[in-house]
Amino acid sequence: MKTRLTLKDHFRESRLVNDRLIFSAILAGILFAIILVRLATLQIIEYKHFNDLSHNNRVSTQPLAPQRGLIYDRNGVVLAENIPTFSLELTPENVHSVDNTLTTLTKLFSLSSDNVAEIKKTIKEQRGFRQVVIRKSLTEKEVALFSVNQHKLTGVDVVARLIRHYPHGALFAHTVGYVGRLNERDQKNVDRNEYKGTLQIGKTGVEKEYEKLLHGKVGFRHIETNVQGRTVRELHREPSHSGQELFLHLDINLQKVASEVLADYNGAIVALEVKTGGVLAMVSKPDFNPNSFVSGISSKEYDLLRDSADRPLFNRSIRGHYPPASTLKPFVALAGLERGVIKSNSKTLCPGWYKLPGHDHRYRCWKTHGHGIVDLKQSLAQSCDVYFYDLANSMGINQLHGFLDHFGFGHLTGIDVPSESSGLSPSREWKIKAKNQVWYPGETLISGIGQGFNQTTPVQLAQATAMLAMRGVHVKPKVARAIRDYNTNELTLLSSETAESLPVINKKNWESVIDSMVEVTTGARGTARLLGKTLPFNVAGKTGTAQVFGIKQNQKYDAETLEKKLQDHALFVGFAPAENPEFVVVVVAENGGSGSKVAAPMAKRMIEEYFGLVAND
Amino acid sequence: MINSLSSPERWSLTLALRAVHIDALLLLGLLVLLGAGLMVLFSAGDQNISLVVRQLIRVGTAFLVLIFLANIHPDRMRDLAYWIYGVGLLLLISVLMVGDEGKGAQRWLNLGIVRFQPSELMKIAVPLSVAAYIAERPLPPSFLRIVVCLVMVFIPSLLISKQPDLGTSLLIASSGLIVIFLSGVSWRFIIGLLISVASALPVLWHLMHNYQKQRVLTFLNPESDPLGAGYHIIQSKIAIGSGGLFGRGWLEGTQSNLAFLPERSTDFIFSVIAEEFGLLGVSMFLFLYLAIAGRGLYIASRAQSSFARLLAGSISLTFLVGVLVNVGMVTGLLPVVGVPLPLVSYGGTSMVTLLASFGILMSIHTHRRMMES
Repeated sequence: MKTRLTLKDHFRESRLVNDRLIFSAILAGILFAIILVRLATLQIIEYKHFNDLSHNNRVSTQPLAPQRGLIYDRNGVVLAENIPTFSLELTPENVHSVDNTLTTLTKLFSLSSDNVAEIKKTIKEQRGFRQVVIRKSLTEKEVALFSVNQHKLTGVDVVARLIRHYPHGALFAHTVGYVGRLNERDQKNVDRNEYKGTLQIGKTGVEKEYEKLLHGKVGFRHIETNVQGRTVRELHREPSHSGQELFLHLDINLQKVASEVLADYNGAIVALEVKTGGVLAMVSKPDFNPNSFVSGISSKEYDLLRDSADRPLFNRSIRGHYPPASTLKPFVALAGLERGVIKSNSKTLCPGWYKLPGHDHRYRCWKTHGHGIVDLKQSLAQSCDVYFYDLANSMGINQLHGFLDHFGFGHLTGIDVPSESSGLSPSREWKIKAKNQVWYPGETLISGIGQGFNQTTPVQLAQATAMLAMRGVHVKPKVARAIRDYNTNELTLLSSETAESLPVINKKNWESVIDSMVEVTTGARGTARLLGKTLPFNVAGKTGTAQVFGIKQNQKYDAETLEKKLQDHALFVGFAPAENPEFVVVVVAENGGSGSKVAAPMAKRMIEEYFGLVAND
Repeated sequence: MINSLSSPERWSLTLALRAVHIDALLLLGLLVLLGAGLMVLFSAGDQNISLVVRQLIRVGTAFLVLIFLANIHPDRMRDLAYWIYGVGLLLLISVLMVGDEGKGAQRWLNLGIVRFQPSELMKIAVPLSVAAYIAERPLPPSFLRIVVCLVMVFIPSLLISKQPDLGTSLLIASSGLIVIFLSGVSWRFIIGLLISVASALPVLWHLMHNYQKQRVLTFLNPESDPLGAGYHIIQSKIAIGSGGLFGRGWLEGTQSNLAFLPERSTDFIFSVIAEEFGLLGVSMFLFLYLAIAGRGLYIASRAQSSFARLLAGSISLTFLVGVLVNVGMVTGLLPVVGVPLPLVSYGGTSMVTLLASFGILMSIHTHRRMMES
């Protein structure tokens, strides 16, 4: 009975369970079908999307920084080059014991404890396969020291990189400028893609002005990386293109002479090739070593440069504001002639002072007892102030300012060196605007001798002198002469934009001013008579002695008793040969005391160097 | 019935295997899957041959267990069911008190020579004992029996989820619930149970660990945390999707070989298959799983006692649940709960447990009284 019942139950139970099994099998089939649909969606419909994501996961692009173009002077002498620098780098994952290795390195390279702490911190923060820099710019001796001890230093390598180097040090510091570390502010001004991988950018001078040409074109490589970012292999490489090579007008020999003659004076010398406006020499003193800036200047060294009273980082040749003093007189004289205020034979009596009608104030001539009766030629040769007080008074500030405008006074010259200053050529409008004051007649007199509000930069004076030498043809100073393509070696001259010539009313007026300037260097009483003596051609020049310190009515200027800082600036402007000019030179020696005694001999050395007349001594 | 298409030698091999209580078809399916799995593991494990060798040793050990269990009569198993269950429960309690920690969870019991996961024992003990208990009386079971069964299922499940090991807990619970379902519980009861579970979900949420909650939240919106919790799912989907129809080829998967895919030799090994062998490859794997489970269900349907039928059904279906949860997890259909891909994922104890359960299947099939023949 019991057995029968169980058997009957067994049959019923097996049907019951089998039904459930079939139900479960069907349910499982449905669920597997859902999974299959899901997989098909991912692998077929969304394949492209996920394939792209997979590609982006593993492939990353690394920039290949281009090599910066070299800079040459006009003779092909390298002024800025790229040299290999060796740095000691450690790859943590290849080092057995970081502590032991660092101890060995400390002994060999005498690392400071601060330095070691910094290195340890970097090792902790970075992934093990990323290099950590132990020491930058190794000397050859240190490289050798490393090679000898290399067997003890697994995981440490000497890595070579190219960095900018200025072989002539301070000589071109202000003109060629320097490159420095690309910082966040720089990155805002450049195409970020182009500067991926570039560590340095032109910060001043030609390096900054021609950054686009010099930098070159970035290359890249696609690399396959794993999840930690470690490079597995290179997939594709697009090489970088080196920057253009830049040939400058600068002449290293002239530059050396300029630096030499300026010696310890603060100041600037600018020399131009007259016909092209090419800058042959441009020196600003004091200078500094631009190589210090290339791989990051130490803040101590930088503070020293920045806080120095002599301001060595300040480029005086394009930014220094100096009263032109008597070097302005040829332009004032030309203004008088061209505007018909005077004739070339007009004469004035110089008693040593000048008074405005109805005023008591005496405007003094530099020569206390006066020049007597002087004509235009003698007034320029001897730099008589009274003649120009009278001329300026007759002409008035409006005409004077208008005429000086043509020569670029108070305007940027547009030289291809960044951060130029415009100087100041005063006018009635300027004074109202800047000082909210009316113009006084006395100020016209002072302007006539290049003092008072007048401020010019050395490069401005050079430009104006060149335009005078060219008898009114516009000249624009330019440092860069040509570019050479690194790959094709093709040389392209950089054409200078031609501006409108200056208005010339009567050529004779220009010749008579230039004649008078020749008298300066050749005349028996010329202020620079020593200059022209031994030269086989005429030099047209003008000295200037700019007051730094106002002297009261009855005081006497005495260089001996005056502090060096308050002594007059010595200036000279000139060109040669006077008849067919090739060369313009401007000298400003701060606190030099006298244009004729200090600045003119410097200019003479420059002229001798340019024309190859160097005396053998 | 002799299959006239098969060669006599093969047929004799089948018979020889039958003599040692091994089911040839199930064995064939398992060997093909395990072989393919080892190939995938070689690629997923950074082509480290020693990883494959270690897995192979585990497979060998597991086969010894399989053969051993296949030769034990199902009736003996039924006799021992409650003892095994009792021992397993004690071990589970002790693991919570003195267990070793691994990957932030207390799952291991250190026995000196080997470390052992008692939860793996429960994977067999729960369906075994529930099937034994429920088959004591005629089916369908009474309400009281169902309640007792549910208690038998949930005590170990809760203990394991406390370790915490949500994946294993889930598999054990389903293995027990499957037995109850197969035993013919009325649909009305099942629907009632489902409704009460649904209403209990908020309570369950409250009881979950933070990392478990995070997994659920990440599952709902993986892109919300692409570098943190969502990273696994995103990288897995990229691996699967980029495999396309034919895959990148063996050892060519960039997601796995360049280590973008996390846990690629364990929980996410299915994504490696999908990346390297494409939709065709994963379809073949899924077919193998279905074939093995299908053979298991066939064995269940031919079993001679309700106990054996329930047990075989539960083993086969739980095996499929493991596959479904794992694949659902790596394809982003289910939350990441930490269920390995059966027989393919790298890992020791689960391999032994799985092959042990197939040993039980074979035992059930080969210990039948040959009434038909």
